[in-house]
Amino acid sequence: MLRSLALVAACVAAIAAHGQQRPIATDALRSGLAYVGADVRAMQADDLANPGFLWVQRGEALFTENCASCHRDAASMRGVAARYPAYDASSSSVLDIEARIDQCRTQRQRKPAFGRESDDLLALATFVTHQSRGMPINVSIDGPARESFARGEAFYRQRHGQMNLACTNCHDQNYGKRLYTETMSQGHGSAFPAYRLEWQALGSLQRRLRACLFGVRAEMPRPGAPELTDVELYLAWRANGLPVESPGVRR
Amino acid sequence: MMEARINVPAKAARNEPFEVRLQIRHAMETGYRTDDTGKAIPRNVVRNVTCRYNGDVVFAAQLSSGIAANPYLRFFVTARSSGELVFEWVDDAGVRVTERAPVIVA
Repeated sequence: MLRSLALVAACVAAIAAHGQQRPIATDALRSGLAYVGADVRAMQADDLANPGFLWVQRGEALFTENCASCHRDAASMRGVAARYPAYDASSSSVLDIEARIDQCRTQRQRKPAFGRESDDLLALATFVTHQSRGMPINVSIDGPARESFARGEAFYRQRHGQMNLACTNCHDQNYGKRLYTETMSQGHGSAFPAYRLEWQALGSLQRRLRACLFGVRAEMPRPGAPELTDVELYLAWRANGLPVESPGVRR
Repeated sequence: MMEARINVPAKAARNEPFEVRLQIRHAMETGYRTDDTGKAIPRNVVRNVTCRYNGDVVFAAQLSSGIAANPYLRFFVTARSSGELVFEWVDDAGVRVTERAPVIVA
C-alpha cells in the first residue's frame, strides 16, 4: 500500500514536472529507423544514395534565390525546424514548417504561395529542416499552443474510419509487432519531410498522416487542414528529444 | 525540372579507378498508371544515359520503365590525365540534359 502510494506520488510529480505525462518515456523513444530493414537504413545513412537530397539541393537553390536576402545563410536556420510546429501570434494559430514558409512568402514577400505538397515547398521545407539534422526535437506546448495540442491528442486517441482504429492502438500499444510484412513503429515524425519508397518521392508528414488515415479507411482531411497540424504538434511533443533526421528514408 | 546530383572525388590518382555517382531527379513514369479521371498517364522514363571522359564514352546505360524513380547509378572510371566528365541523358518527352564534372588527376 505504501509502495503504491509512493508510486502514485512519483507519477504525480512526473506529470507536474512535464505538465503532461508522455506516452513513451524519453529513454524508450525509437526513431522509425529502428523498425525498417537494413536496406532502407543503408539508403538513409549514405547522403549520396539518399534520394531526399535531391530535394535538399533544390531547396538550397530556392533558399538562396528567395530567402537569403533576409535570412542570410543556411546556418541561421539551424535549430529552427526542431521547434516546429509552433504557435504564431500573427495568425493566432499553430503553424508547421511548411505553413510557416508559405506564410512568409505570401505575407512578407507578397508572392503567391507555393502550395501544400508542391515540389518547391517540399524542397524548401526539407532544406530548412535538414539544417537541424541531429538536433533533438524541442517543441513547446505551453501557452496558446495548448489548445491545438489538446485537439491533436484527442485526434490521436480517437478511433477513426471503418477499421475503427486510433493512432494509439498501433503506435503506443503495439509498436515493434508485425502488421503483415510491416513492423509497426512508434509513429514519430522525426524523419519528415522524408523520401518514401512507396511514394517514389519525397513527402511531408501531413501526407504520411493522410496515408495512415487512408489505411484505416477514414476520411482524409485536406492537406493543410488544421486538424493535421494539431496532430503534427502532438506527435512532435510526443517525440521531444528524438533527433531530427530529415531527409529520412522510409518504406 | 530535371536535376541531378553528381559525385566525383576532388582528386583522382593516375590509372586508378575512381567511383562516380549519379542520381537523376526524374519521376520515371511507367505508362501503366492512370490519372484520377481514368486516362492513361503517358510513359516518360529516362532512356539513355551516357558519360564521356574527354570525348570517349566511358559509361552508357539504357534505362526502362522497370527502374525506380530518381535513378541512381554508380560506376568506376580510370583516368590517365585530367579532364572533364560529361553526363548526358534524354527522356521520353525529349528533354535532354547535360551535366559536367571536372576531374583532376594528381
